[in-house]
Order: sequence, then C-alpha cells, then structure tokens
Amino acid sequence: MSDLRKMIIDGAEIEVDPALTILQACEQAGVEVPRFCYHERLSIAGNCRMCLVEVVGGPPKPAASCAMQVRDLRGGPNGEPPEVKTKSPMVKKAREGVMEFLLINHPLDCPICDQGGECDLQDQAMAYGVDFSRFREEKRAAVDPDLGPLVGTKMTRCISCTRCVRFTTEVAGVSEMGQTGRGEDSEITSYLGQMLTSELQGNVIDLCPVGALTSKPYAFTARPWELKKTESIDVMDALGSNIRIDTRGREVMRVMPRNHDGVNEEWLADKSRFMWDGLRRQRLDRPYVRVDGKLKPASWNEAFAAIKAAAEGKKIAGIAGDLAPVEAMFALKQLVEGLGGAVECRTDGAMLPAGNRSAYAGTASIEDLDTAEMILIVGSNPRAEAPVLNARIRKAWLRGAEVAVIGENADLTYDYYHAGTGPAALTAMADKGVSDETREKPTVVVLGTGALMREDGPAVLAEAMRMCEVSGSKLLVLHNAASRVGAMDIDFTNPNGLGALNEADVIWNLGADEVDVEAGPFVIYQGSHGDRGAHRADVILPAAAWTEENGIFVNTEGRPQLAMRAGFAPGEAKDNWAIIRAASAHLGQTLGYDDLGGLRSALFEAVPHLATIDMVPENDWKAEPAGSMGDADFTSSVSDHYRTNPILRASEVMADLTKLAQDRELPVAAE
Amino acid sequence: MLRRLHKEQPESFEFTPANLEWAQKQIAKYPEGRQASAIIPLLWRAQEQEGWLSRLAIEYVCDMLDMAHIRGIEVATFYFMFQLHPVGSVAHVQVCGTTSCMICGAEDLIAVCKDKINAKPFATSEDGKLSWEEVECLGACSNAPMAQIGKDYYEDLTEESFGKILDDLAAGKVPQPGSQTGRFASEPLSGLTSLTAHNGTAHETNASVTLATEKGDTVARITDG
Repeated sequence: MSDLRKMIIDGAEIEVDPALTILQACEQAGVEVPRFCYHERLSIAGNCRMCLVEVVGGPPKPAASCAMQVRDLRGGPNGEPPEVKTKSPMVKKAREGVMEFLLINHPLDCPICDQGGECDLQDQAMAYGVDFSRFREEKRAAVDPDLGPLVGTKMTRCISCTRCVRFTTEVAGVSEMGQTGRGEDSEITSYLGQMLTSELQGNVIDLCPVGALTSKPYAFTARPWELKKTESIDVMDALGSNIRIDTRGREVMRVMPRNHDGVNEEWLADKSRFMWDGLRRQRLDRPYVRVDGKLKPASWNEAFAAIKAAAEGKKIAGIAGDLAPVEAMFALKQLVEGLGGAVECRTDGAMLPAGNRSAYAGTASIEDLDTAEMILIVGSNPRAEAPVLNARIRKAWLRGAEVAVIGENADLTYDYYHAGTGPAALTAMADKGVSDETREKPTVVVLGTGALMREDGPAVLAEAMRMCEVSGSKLLVLHNAASRVGAMDIDFTNPNGLGALNEADVIWNLGADEVDVEAGPFVIYQGSHGDRGAHRADVILPAAAWTEENGIFVNTEGRPQLAMRAGFAPGEAKDNWAIIRAASAHLGQTLGYDDLGGLRSALFEAVPHLATIDMVPENDWKAEPAGSMGDADFTSSVSDHYRTNPILRASEVMADLTKLAQDRELPVAAE
Repeated sequence: MLRRLHKEQPESFEFTPANLEWAQKQIAKYPEGRQASAIIPLLWRAQEQEGWLSRLAIEYVCDMLDMAHIRGIEVATFYFMFQLHPVGSVAHVQVCGTTSCMICGAEDLIAVCKDKINAKPFATSEDGKLSWEEVECLGACSNAPMAQIGKDYYEDLTEESFGKILDDLAAGKVPQPGSQTGRFASEPLSGLTSLTAHNGTAHETNASVTLATEKGDTVARITDG
C-alpha cells in the first residue's frame, strides 16, 4: 500500500490509489460529485461536464473529475499534497453553467415523461442548477429512431451522454448505436434506423440518465413513487440475476436489475426484464378436474378428492419444472417418496450425476470468469442461455482472456478459437494437455447442459472434467433452468431418470412444461400458467408464479438466493409448497410442517448449505467415471431464447422479440 | 447543419486498384489492431475518387478497417469536409464566408454562385458540372475574399474574376489558382515594406501556384500516386 497518494478533498486529507480518477477519489472520501456520462462499468467519455471540480494550483478553470487521474495532480510548491475543491464558488458556478447548458435544449415535459421521479437530470437540476434560463431561442427538434419493441425513444430529451452507445458497444458487444453529426445536430441513433438486436438492450433504459430512452412496455403505466419495490431473484435463466420487482396492487409493473457483483453486476437480460406481461396472461386461477375428457372448473376440495381417488394405492412419480422453488420441490419429494414413488428434475434429459455437486454445479463461481485467463466453452451458446453471463465472458475477453469454443460456431459478440463441434475435439484437447505455464493460470471450463442432454451425456461430462483436471481449470456448469441446481441439491432424482414416468400410474407435474407426458398415466399439473403441461393434465392445481411467493433458488454456480413475494397470486391460486402440504393430508402422508419456516427448517436440516443464502459453497472435486462418447455435434440447450418457459411464452413482448429474431435469421432478399 | 446520407445511393463502391494500393499503405502506417486510425485518410480518398461519400463507400472503408459501420457514419457525419451528397463533376466550389472574406465581399461571391451554379448550396448546376457551398474560415484572410476549388485557393476575388473562373471551369478550361489580382502571396496590397531584398526577382508565382500550374489539371481530385 506504499504507492498510495495523499490528496486533499474539500479540506480533508485522504490517501488514494493514484490510478483512480478524481471522481473516484471523491467517492472514496464520501464527497458527492454530480455526473451524467460517467458510469463505473463503462469507458470514460468526459462529455457531460457535470463533474467539474476545482484543482487548486492547476489551470485556472474547472477540471472534469471523471477524466483526470489523481497521479496527474500537482502538489503545492512546498510539497503539500494536491488539493481538490468540490464546494468552492468556482465549482458551484461551473455546475450551474453546465446545468443551464444541458437544459437549453431539454424540453419541459417532465409531467408526461416516464423518467419523472427517478430522473438524474431532474434531481441534479434541483440540487445544482439555477431556477432560470437565459435561452430565448427555439429548442432543438429531433428525430426519434425506432429501436425496437423494448426501448422507446424521445430524443429531444437526450443530453448526449453516450452511455447507451458505450454500453451497446462495450458490454453488449453489438456496435449498433452511435452519435452522428455534430454540435446542435448531433443525434444518438442506431445504424440507418435499424432496430437493436442485443439481448441486453433493456439496460440502456436504466443507463439513460434522462427520459430519452424509456421502457416501451412500461410506458405511461405507473410513476415510480406509487410502486412497491421488492428485492428478488430472476428465474428466466439459471444465472439468478438479482432484480427488483416493482408492483402496484398485485400487478407487476416492471422489473429492474439490482447490483450484485458476484452474479449479474448491474445488468439484466431482456427476457428477464420484460417478461412481466406474461405474468398476467394465461394464468391458472382456479383448480380444474378432467371430467369426461374435458377440464371442468372445480373447488380445491373436489380437486384433492379427484387426486385421492386416482392416486390411492397407485404408483406415483413427481417431476419438477424449470421455475419451481426449492421448498416446493422438497415438499413434493417428501410426499412422493413417502408414497413409495420416484421423483425427477432432469426434465430436459441432461445427464447430471446425482450427489456429485462438483459435477452438476461445478467448482467455479461466476466471479472466477473475471480473473480467468482462458475460458473453454463446451456445448453451450452462453449468449442464448444466459446473456448476462455472456457479457461477463466478453468482459474477460476484452481484458485479454482467451476464449475457445467446442460446439456451435455462434456469434457470441467476441472472438474465440473454434476448436471443434463435437466430443472428438474435447478429447483431442484433453489428450493434448496444456503447458505447465498454462496450468498455473486461472482457467475456467464452461460446460453447457446442451452437451449433457444426450445419450453419451455422462461420458461427455467425465471428459469435460478430465479436461479440467488436465488444465487445472475450474468447472462452471451452465444450466438453463433456474430450479435445476436447487433440485439436484435436494436430490430430486431417481436412478431411472425420466424413465420413472413410464412406470408410474400417477404423475405429479410441478410446473414442468418442457416435457411431454405420454398418454396413459393420470397427470396432476401444479403450476401458474395454462401452458403445455396444463393441456395434458387430469387435475390442475393453480399455483403462484415465482413473483408471488417466497422461495429459494440456487443459481448455476450453486449460490442459494431468496426470491421474495412481490404480489399475490390471482384467484384461488396458492403457494406451491402449501398446495403440496394440503394434498399430503388428503393422501394420508401428512408432511410435518404447517408453515414455510417449518418447511425451511426441515430443508436446511437435510441440505445444510441451502441455509447459507448468497454464498457459493466450495465443492469437493469428484471425477465422474469415463465412458464412450458418440460423435454427434454439441448443440445449445436453448434454441428459442425468448420463449424458454411458460411465463415467457405467455408474454406478447417476448412474442414480438421472437418474431424479430426469426426475421433476422431469414435470408434477406437481394437488394 | 443536419447531415444525412443522400436519398439516391449508387449500386456499388470499390476503390480503383491504384487507390486500393494507396489505402493499404495508409493502413500499414498503424500498428496491428489500430487500423481504425486510418479511417479519415481512407474516407477522404473514397471521396476524392467519387466526389462524395455514399453509404456503400463508408461501409466499404469500414469493412477494410474492421470497424462497425456506425463508426464510419459517425466520422463521415461529423466532419463537414466529407460530402454526403453528389457534387459537381468538375468541381465543388467552397466559398469562404467568415469575417474577413464577408467584409471584403464574400456575399457577392455567393451571389455569383447562386446565379451561375444553383440557388441552393450542395446542389449541382444544370449541366451537373459545378456545385458550391459556403465554408468557415480557410485561413487566407489577407487575400479575402477567397474560395477553394479542388485543392487550390483562388484569392483576391471579385465578382468578375470569380465569375470568369466558374465559366472557365464549366467550359473545361483550367484556371490559374492563387491571387487573381497579381499579388505574389499575402504581402501588403501596397507592396512589401520589409524583407524587400528578393522582391519580385526570384519566382513568377508562389510555390503553391507553381505546383498547381506544373500539374496542369488544377481541379483534379487526386494528384498524387
């Protein structure tokens, strides 16, 4: 720590890393410096000028603190540390001047602007601006580009901070936005009016400090101060992004990301941000029982009676879908196994080994990608399976990490070495080994479940683990379902896998819509949406969606996180665990808890690491036995990015995005 | 000035073999991974080749430099030197309209342009040979008013001399650049008052005019290899 530099900020001395900018040093000193264009996860632009400070002894003009490093400051003539003032008359006047300029062309439409109430410009104009304007001329007019169904534009409000341009270029990895023209005529636009194609484009809405880029689906529906904010976890992919769910009454009005450096930084994928209209459509709000081949509305007691009549003394099996919370699966496992049945969570057919956490959750944390010097992606398209994780790999690549891919040769927004498409390439790589020098480096193997959803899945997993051993890499298994790792943690499996369904007379389907149940068995579907699973059901039990109940989800790296209830389920729908608990009494297998606390106590007793919320447990390495692999190419586990679960399939916004994505893939007619 | 791509775009763009070779030499000046630095010379050469920058020309240059197309549009729309609309096939006349020239009669020159070329800037004359625009200071204030045509300055202009230059250009002749009133360079109108030793003895015209005259075709857009 000897290379720290002393400096004085507003009269207080502080020691900081000389590589920091003045603005960052001020933050460390607890001094607030207003800013628009500066963002800690983007490159420095220095074009809004709001962060001006006075550098004592420097040039007699204010300096942009976001673009000046502490090491460039000059001390006083007698060895005094350099001094920066942020509250001097010069700074106050500079800020007022900048604010007056920023407001010259900014329309006075705050009352009809969606950003109103959470607008940086509004707040900073109040805090640092003046209450008048000397501008009497006409304000600038601007053309609003159509950026697609997610990002609404109102470019007269734009203050040209270029955060959106930097985000799309640097983080999302698509150079589609830019600032064209100059001076008064400069405009933020997409290339020739094309729509954005990124799966992360929604983040520009958060980044925009004014109301120039707003959420189209949320437009004019609510004001920030009338929303109830619930901190929760996203389940649209297995990353477990931290989110804030904003509700009004029981309606989810929007979803925003929360900062979590270990998981999603502060980004959120579009399908997680804009899925909420899917929570309002196709909902199951009352129980149904199939009578004479048709589903008829029923009461809860009639539904339970039907289950009792069909299930008593029969062979029962339980399957769990992609969005099920750990508690509900735990209760279902206890119920079904108590009745002598079998349970299974690997509905996508991924050959995950039960009991070996180092193989189904891996040994790497997502944060390991930040330090990895080499990343090998096997059988995965992270851009489709977890866009935010893909942005993290891109960040590593930008830092200089080498990326290699075995599998689909897809556009991942970064350059990679395409080592091959199938198991042979993986074997060749593991046989070849790595140099001692490489072995010393931090490396990560990202194994997609697409490589495991096949007959030779166990052998592929074993080979990937051999690759980890050979290269000294950590393993990150990239799942595509939010519930999967949690289900594996409570061992929601049986040795026969999905084969157990064929032997069962009664199948309890806990929200598994991605699996087809063949004709024959009696199916109890418990879920939130009238999707594929409900069509095949003989009894439908309406359940809360994940925003409507408290639950634990374990993300792809094995981090248990708490999802909180943001609103209440519609109609007669109940919490998932409570439905199972109620049914257990009817089936004569009463579970030993009456509330979620009791259930969690039993759960934590059985699986202690689930109690360590937000911690990634260290998993002991246990290699899988080798097997013989086929020669089929690896494919990604996600083929339809925007429609991977019932909530997304019920969303109109996702339907629009799917259509646009499909149109882009179609060959363009000759121009 | 709001700058947009032209409505009617050509079917294709490609560097001529000579220009391609030249462009590759420019790119080679920059270290590996920094090829984007060559964008302004390459766009400029593309403009010299065609007279203006079409969408395909910008995309062609971006592809050569491994840049996103939007980055090329950003550069091309930022610099007013880049013409995004077709210009006169013979010459694009840039009349300086900043203070010194304006005081000395730039507005009269612009009136000549409006009369002889087109009432609107950036629009070509009826025969398509000429176009004009008003530009900011070109730094020849002591020889105001002036205009830049091609790569050469035409200084000390009057309505008559400027009109004749335009007529000559339209007729396919090659006017002589430099001062149109016989001044050597930017010395005082009343003659040199100091450093008079070589006054009028060394050269007929100044170096810039001499070079242009030697090259012959003063309005050629590309004059080097």
